[in-house]
Amino acid sequence: MTPIILLCALASFALGGFGAILGRTPAGRIIVYGGSLAVAGAALLAALVQLGLGVAPEPSVALPLGLPLIGMNFGMNDLSAVFLVITNLGAAAASLYALGYGRHEPEPWRILPFYPVFLAAMNLVLIAADAYDFLIFWELMSLASWALVMAHHEQEETRRAGIIYLLMASAGTLVLLFAFGLLAGPHGHYAFAAMRGMQRAGWIGGIVMLLALAGVGSKAGLVPLHVWLPRAHPAAPSHISALMSGVMTKVAIYAFIRIVFDLAEPAAWWWGLAVLIVGGITAVLGVLYALMEDDLKTILAYSTIENVGLIFVGLGLALAFKADGMMVAAALALTAALFHAFNHMLFKSTLFFGAGAVQHATGERALTKLGGLIHRMKMSTVPMLIAAMAIAALPPLNGFASEWLLLQAILLSPALPQFGLKLAVPAVGALVALAAAFAAACFVRLFGFAYLGKPRSAQAAAAHETDAFSRAAMIGLAALCVVAGVLPGFVIDLLAPVTQALLGAHVPSQRGLSWLTVIPVSASRSSYDPLLIFIFIAVSGSLAALALHRFGSRVIRRAAFWGCGYQGLSDASARDVASSTQYSPSGFAQPIRQVFASVVFRARDDVVMPAPGQLGPASLASSWTDPAWWAIYTPLVTTVGRIADRVNRLQFLTIRRYLAFVFLALVILLAWTALWG
Amino acid sequence: MGLIAPLFLQLAQMALVLAAAPLLTGFVRTLKARLQRRAGPPLLQVYRDLAKLTVKDAIVATDASWLFRIAPYLIFATTWVAASLVPSFGTNLLFSWSGDLIVIVALLGSARFFQMLAALDIGTAFGGIGASREAMFASLAEPAMLMIVFTVALVAGSSQLSDIATFMHSGAAGLRLSLALGLVALVIVALAETGRFPVDNPATHLELTMVHEAMVLEYSGRHLALIELANALKLLLYISLIASIFAPFGIAALGAAPEALALGLVAYGVKLAFGAIMLAGFETAIAKMRVFRVPNFIGAALMLALLGTLLLFVSATL
Repeated sequence: MTPIILLCALASFALGGFGAILGRTPAGRIIVYGGSLAVAGAALLAALVQLGLGVAPEPSVALPLGLPLIGMNFGMNDLSAVFLVITNLGAAAASLYALGYGRHEPEPWRILPFYPVFLAAMNLVLIAADAYDFLIFWELMSLASWALVMAHHEQEETRRAGIIYLLMASAGTLVLLFAFGLLAGPHGHYAFAAMRGMQRAGWIGGIVMLLALAGVGSKAGLVPLHVWLPRAHPAAPSHISALMSGVMTKVAIYAFIRIVFDLAEPAAWWWGLAVLIVGGITAVLGVLYALMEDDLKTILAYSTIENVGLIFVGLGLALAFKADGMMVAAALALTAALFHAFNHMLFKSTLFFGAGAVQHATGERALTKLGGLIHRMKMSTVPMLIAAMAIAALPPLNGFASEWLLLQAILLSPALPQFGLKLAVPAVGALVALAAAFAAACFVRLFGFAYLGKPRSAQAAAAHETDAFSRAAMIGLAALCVVAGVLPGFVIDLLAPVTQALLGAHVPSQRGLSWLTVIPVSASRSSYDPLLIFIFIAVSGSLAALALHRFGSRVIRRAAFWGCGYQGLSDASARDVASSTQYSPSGFAQPIRQVFASVVFRARDDVVMPAPGQLGPASLASSWTDPAWWAIYTPLVTTVGRIADRVNRLQFLTIRRYLAFVFLALVILLAWTALWG
Repeated sequence: MGLIAPLFLQLAQMALVLAAAPLLTGFVRTLKARLQRRAGPPLLQVYRDLAKLTVKDAIVATDASWLFRIAPYLIFATTWVAASLVPSFGTNLLFSWSGDLIVIVALLGSARFFQMLAALDIGTAFGGIGASREAMFASLAEPAMLMIVFTVALVAGSSQLSDIATFMHSGAAGLRLSLALGLVALVIVALAETGRFPVDNPATHLELTMVHEAMVLEYSGRHLALIELANALKLLLYISLIASIFAPFGIAALGAAPEALALGLVAYGVKLAFGAIMLAGFETAIAKMRVFRVPNFIGAALMLALLGTLLLFVSATL
């Protein structure tokens, strides 16, 4: 299957060329997005065939490109196939969406050349079989996505987001370069196959794990390396935001699994501890940010940070179980993480598509300016609601299925022998539970204030439904959310070969269980039957409706709501008065902000009252700061600036001094080789 | 035993919780009134209210969307399914394995999700304030509930309620500190989730103090009937939950004889009555808290439950 993916990537590069040539014509959009849809579909099919039929991993394909003696090696195993499915499904949906949405783009030539390249780079990272390819395409992925973020470069915010993104992405790649350098060992074996079998000291593996966590975390958005994500993801056009949040973060997660589970063997128990703690903190902080934010797409970006945190909690648990030889439990935790990665792609892409539709329909992204869209965007409201329910982990949708598996894995962890883990796992479990509860509040707020209530601005009142392509993409992904939620057993079985290859164990097969139940460990521990629960809810709801309409009243009368007499004002202004007396999104979050965020985020609500006798309005300003900025980045930038000022002097030396430096460096290097050689 | 008898028992359980829930709510109301030296409504008043509401026309706000109209059905359906999954008179009913304790918690979360959305749908200040406070309470009560689930599941070795009840019934659990912490936490969470004192006042219509009532203020007719019934079911659910975990006396096992089932039914009635008496006494003795003191109250439950889980991670015998 590897050659097929390579051909797909080649086709994508060709599409990028078309995009560069035809970017200014309408045909360019159709060719690039339509072509990307076809290419992603083909790659998706290839990956599904590999996973579903269990094709034996083939020898890697070597291309006579790249560095001499190393070349470029590509190979595809089941782990790659899972992430190829995630990537190409997301890419296909984004391309379909963009066929309609791309029409509104003012400067399509800033997007069309880079979009297929971005897709190709992600695919190539997933099938890279040596460190050189991996890093080349990783960097290509970063740069292509940076170019896409900069599509709306005329906005100051976007440029700022772009520079921060570029810095963080470069730093991440650099850290990964070190990780691969350590893995390659003294003789420089850059092929993954060579790294896999290598004997290395335990501390080297530990450092590799920490470097991978930092390098991958800067791309996936782990706290405190997340600061670029909520700026860059929303700045891009919406189908790009969906790809960056839904898909690119998954490529980063693939990189972590590939390095830590596959290459940097054997795992020590504290690896799991470190990953667990980082993941738990990321999950809670990410969703707390999301709860306080007002911008629709920024909320979604912060929620991505939360979900990445949940996935890393799963990976951390899997590492801890693996280090202690509990392979079945490790397989369960890894399955939960992979399942959640897949689910997150589904619902986060849908949500970003919906946000894009809202932005186009109203020109607004602030929740304080939206409202009432359920009456105006009738069709696209439904997939948004389903995606919001799924991400809020409500049964029987897919978000709940994966979080349920994660909780089941946590329930297996008292058997872990180390005390550090015994104390950390329940605390992380509480963090996961907090994150889930916050996520529900966050998406009630997002959906409730954007789509429900009365319009809060004239633009929101004049909103219109989005186009058919966008609707099709959203409805398709939302339908998959339901299918994956109701029939999670099939997904779990598809993931079994991956955990079998990485851990030598897998979650018991769900095939053939009666009523399509999910039994992750054993029937006496836990079971969950989303299909039955779904049927129960549908049947009892319909029964209630039938009985009430048969035996009770079926009349609906419309009347004004009770607003303590407010709508009794003059008729012409009644609507405006009523819509401005609604609750505001920041008011909704105020209790949670006051209870949870007043310390960590320094959240403040300042009321400024007019002086006595003045008739001016009082005002309320609420503010909060990201602790990562004041605790880490601001001091870091100051320090770097100070050092740069000092080093600046070296620019103005005489030629003699420069020569002296060169000579000194040579002597030191020679001495080094003489001593160590 | 074939399929008919288990199916009948399962349906009987679903019908039982639905029929008994309003009675339980009415019983608590009457008891409270008597404790406060009022005559109070008759025991069956809740049924009459529900019957009256169903025949009245539903009045819906002008700007309400379809979500406002389907929300009551979803709230009712998810709560009913959750309540039917909690063992009442017997364990291991036909479909008891279709959801474990985590699923029950999440089903109640779904009901709350739709309740909050419906509150925001009309665009009144009341709906917003109710939803906002509910979100704050839930953000602590839900994690607390999950930690309680962890505690109980770790003791019983299963997160399946039927298995937990059977395990507790067998007496193998013994007296444990973690379970005691879990019980206290569960009672606090139950009070918060069912909107009882000291978190919320089920009888208030004062703007400043409403939480749940503020969210359902715009509902009327059959929609309100469904929501009221769902509330009654939720109260029954929490009392049944506490009973099935901490007091599974007399609960009938799988394939029990009719006498055992009858005994289980009587025991269930006694447990519900006991829970109602405790609740009415507690509510009479205590005052409602200020909204911003509630997080401390529910936070205490979260900490207790977390402590219980930690103890079990440290040693399986605590």
